[in-house]
Amino acid sequence: MIPVGWYLILSAILFLIGVLGFFTKRNIIALLLSIEIMLNAVNLTFVAFSAQHGQISGQIFVFFVLVVAAAEAAVGLALVIAIFRNRESLNVDRSNLLKW
Amino acid sequence: MIEYLKDSDFLVLLLKIVVIFGGVMGVLAYLTWLERKVIARVQMRPGPTRVGPFGLLQPIADGLKFLFKEDVIPTNANTFLYVAAPVVSLIPALLSFSVIPFGPSLQVTDLGVGLLFIFAITSLGVYGIVLGGWSSNSKYPLMGAMRASAQMISYELSLTLSVVGVLLIANTLSLAQLVVAQQRTWLGFIPRWNIFLRPIAFLVYVISAVAETNRLPFDLAESEQELVAGGHAEYSSLKFAMFMLAEYANMVTVSALAAIMFLGGWGGPAFGPGWLQAALPTVWFLLKVSVFIFFYVLMRATVPRFRYDQLMKFGWKFLLPLSLANIVLTSLIVAIAAS
Amino acid sequence: MIQTLFFFFAAIAVGAAINVLVQKHVLYSALSLILMLTAVSVLFILLRADFLAVMQVIVYAGAIMVLFVFVIMLLNLPQDEDGADRLRWLKFIGIPLGLFFLFLVVATLWNVESSVDTRSGISGSPLAIGRSLFTDFLLPFEATSLLILIALMGAVVFAKKDL
Repeated sequence: MIPVGWYLILSAILFLIGVLGFFTKRNIIALLLSIEIMLNAVNLTFVAFSAQHGQISGQIFVFFVLVVAAAEAAVGLALVIAIFRNRESLNVDRSNLLKW
Repeated sequence: MIEYLKDSDFLVLLLKIVVIFGGVMGVLAYLTWLERKVIARVQMRPGPTRVGPFGLLQPIADGLKFLFKEDVIPTNANTFLYVAAPVVSLIPALLSFSVIPFGPSLQVTDLGVGLLFIFAITSLGVYGIVLGGWSSNSKYPLMGAMRASAQMISYELSLTLSVVGVLLIANTLSLAQLVVAQQRTWLGFIPRWNIFLRPIAFLVYVISAVAETNRLPFDLAESEQELVAGGHAEYSSLKFAMFMLAEYANMVTVSALAAIMFLGGWGGPAFGPGWLQAALPTVWFLLKVSVFIFFYVLMRATVPRFRYDQLMKFGWKFLLPLSLANIVLTSLIVAIAAS
Repeated sequence: MIQTLFFFFAAIAVGAAINVLVQKHVLYSALSLILMLTAVSVLFILLRADFLAVMQVIVYAGAIMVLFVFVIMLLNLPQDEDGADRLRWLKFIGIPLGLFFLFLVVATLWNVESSVDTRSGISGSPLAIGRSLFTDFLLPFEATSLLILIALMGAVVFAKKDL
């Protein structure tokens, strides 16, 4: 009914949008949101391939990606809170003290 | 799409949707009447008696009042989120009724993961409260909404974990199968309900359900005396009515889940002629749901409320370890019984 | 019917993802991301991964995004500052290059004929996932539970006011 290529194209589009967001946004939280879009696109690819080959391991891997995304979001947001408390701004360009 | 209209299964499905959702909306309206009557009787006063016999037309009068009130939007409020918040609160509350089995064949759809679907939809309902409080741009709604949503996501954990005990016994996530798994009896007449098999899980579930729906004794975030109705303080007329409907719909959903998972759903003795036997399972189910709703209303009338830090401490430090211990105990029993 | 559903929810997912980039206030971006996660979850259901779809709504849209929304609301961020001077040329070159890359990917994948219909095959029921998770993938499962514990402790430590 729906060839697997269409799902892959859709996930490529979503991944591209995530990459674009990661390169152009300057708010740290917006960067984290773009990472979530990229992870979701990869999840869609995994599930599409898992449905095509008839193996469940693709879905298991999505399960692990979900867990890692949750952990990364939690720690990333805690870091965002710490940065905001110090600098009163969430602009990445303001946090460049280690830049040479 | 047009060919679907000629399919009789599709028409039966449409009929089920109309009957179930129409019935649910009617029940929600009359739940307000029931609550006011019961609370009044507990406080030794008659309650609404003027509008219609026994005050039965009171919900209709309230609905008309909500329709005709002035619709105020605060000046500095975020208009899009302010208007969207009650909708975001109401849609998940009503969507949960699509997987609840009201009878052996009176269910809109039977998902293989029906129970998880209801938990997913409930966790999306948190956004309505958060957005409503934040978009009102005022301090009491913001505090109330933050507290209410923090409480909801905390008690979601013990709610979901307390159900795992039941799932370990029934081996299925679909709600219709959960009901069917409880239809056997001991000694021929004592029904094999999960409330007798897993009483700790039942207690944890009931307490978490009351906390999840922001009802007394866990309603510090939205009570009248504490935070001026919390997240709903700046809302008026129909938007406020939608928030209230969403709260009552959540109440009915968790009561229906309690009836399905712990009291055997639509199971009950069948007697009488053919037409009565067809309608009796739904009657038993509605009776069990009414028991829980009555218990909810009675608790509101009689019990004082928790302070917010006591509430969070109770949820995280007592209920969560208790439900985890219940899971460990249940898995031990199931593993030993299976070998 | 399945095709209509696929295109409808794919359009919602792409539209919501683009909206994440376009919005100036980061709260609207977070809410668009929630919409995108729900649309992708419906696509999971179309691929017969129903347990994963519900997991995505519970974990991603219902817990991680609640965390995002809480942080955004409590930090009370103003609008994004203007002045994308150093990034303006990046947008003018980056977007056409990205579209060209997308065109390459689409041209490659358009002719991929799956030998198996994506609607048949495995069913992502909890039974199948559980069976595989606790036998073949037991070590990664235990490792991720350790990972969550570490992330929990790390998040609490980082967000404390006085260490």
